[in-house]
Amino acid sequence: MTVDTWLDAAIADAERRGLSELKPMLETLARATHALRSADFNGDASDSRQAGPPKEPMKKSL
Amino acid sequence: MIDTSTLTIEEFGRRLRARETTAEQMTEECLRRIDADNPRLNAFILVMADQARQQAREADRELAAGHDRGPLHGVPISIKDLVDVRGTPTTAASRVREGHVAERDAPAIAHLRQAGAVIIGKTNLHEFAFGTTNEDSAFGPARNPHDPARSPGGSSGGSAASIVAGMALASIGTDTGGSIRIPAAACGAVGLKPTHGEVSTAGVVPLSRALDHVGPLARSVADAWIMYRALLGDATPRGLAPSPISGLRVAVPRAYFCDVLDDQVRARFEEALEALRAAGVRVGETDIRHAKEIGPAYLHIVLADAATHHAATLESMPERYTAPVRLRLEMGRYVLAEDYVRAQAGRELLRQEVDAALAGCDALVLPTLPIVAPPLGADSVNVGSTQEPVRNVMLRLTQLFNLTGHPAIALPCGRTADGLPCSLQIVGARGQTEQLMRTALACEAHLGRRSG
Repeated sequence: MTVDTWLDAAIADAERRGLSELKPMLETLARATHALRSADFNGDASDSRQAGPPKEPMKKSL
Repeated sequence: MIDTSTLTIEEFGRRLRARETTAEQMTEECLRRIDADNPRLNAFILVMADQARQQAREADRELAAGHDRGPLHGVPISIKDLVDVRGTPTTAASRVREGHVAERDAPAIAHLRQAGAVIIGKTNLHEFAFGTTNEDSAFGPARNPHDPARSPGGSSGGSAASIVAGMALASIGTDTGGSIRIPAAACGAVGLKPTHGEVSTAGVVPLSRALDHVGPLARSVADAWIMYRALLGDATPRGLAPSPISGLRVAVPRAYFCDVLDDQVRARFEEALEALRAAGVRVGETDIRHAKEIGPAYLHIVLADAATHHAATLESMPERYTAPVRLRLEMGRYVLAEDYVRAQAGRELLRQEVDAALAGCDALVLPTLPIVAPPLGADSVNVGSTQEPVRNVMLRLTQLFNLTGHPAIALPCGRTADGLPCSLQIVGARGQTEQLMRTALACEAHLGRRSG
């Protein structure tokens, strides 16, 4: 399910349940979900990408 | 008259054992402060005056008979009303909990009793600990002792207010995204979030079992150490020795963590770093590569976990929640399983990145709260030239260490021109809470005034 499809369905369900005030909060959650899905640690079944170990953090002047 | 707003547990213990004061006198003075200031600050939901007097008298009798339980003997403390204290309601600041009475003490509370603490009352909080301002409470908002028009921070806002106002010498809070450290910062106290899993969360109303922590708020690092050890069942801890300050190595994660800071908060933070450098601390920099994913990962986990715990009561008694908390809980019911799993993957990666950042130094150092205590009722605040939602900005610097489980402590580091507290956060290696506190004790001496 894409984030946009999910958001449409979630807003429709919230309105059906009498919770139309949820709409702006669901839109906020949708932005967070977009960000989460765009992160480079997500796996992809079409290749062998996996969440890998972190790169060495930068250290200066220690 | 004893000034309970500045007295530390250590100093009280010295006076108690020198027969200069008694537990009963100290408890009476805290109760007098509650009578005087709680109508203004709304820090307490329940004042346990009779029980506290009884416990204090018993503590005095024990000491006279030669039974000294340790540094918490006879010390009046407050407890966030999210934690079970036998025979009292655990309201979680919600009408959803009406009729609840705890049958037994949470293990953490049982340990505090064994250590001799006097439980003076239960403190106000953001309903079900699901907020950072303490505004949404069935008992009305707790208020900041430095300016009652401002939030004391949350969710353990009543706990922080109670110690800064001299109503208790220390308090127990819980921290799921910063709820010990944020109010400690907003009120000018010390707040410790231990390593995840160290202190039992049994008998504590959960928000997210994956992220929940129990820990102390106090007036000094040494007092926080006494409380922390008591929470673990160690009533007679050895004294905390500071790490040698000269040669201590700390790293500042500047990117993301110093991007959104109030000007005066930034100034106090930089002054704190300069004071540490002057004392011989080696201050470097580091980077948390996936820092921008902290908020999205945290949000998906806490929303889904909280919604799971509240699913039944959201259906059966939705009108008993405050409206904002009900909506936030409802939002969690829409989180997809696949996104929850992505958030958990992000959490694991962030944990590795914080471990790696700590590998070459003794601690990470960053501000605790990007802003000063916000006005009650504010949805957003100006930070530099931008407007930020209050909830997002208050969680920004603390929630990472709930995701990763690293121990973190908030220390006062000066005030703004208006007298509002600013706070430095020090983060240690997982499982090394004692080492973190030794580092914090060394730094505290160079950060200016203590709490309050």
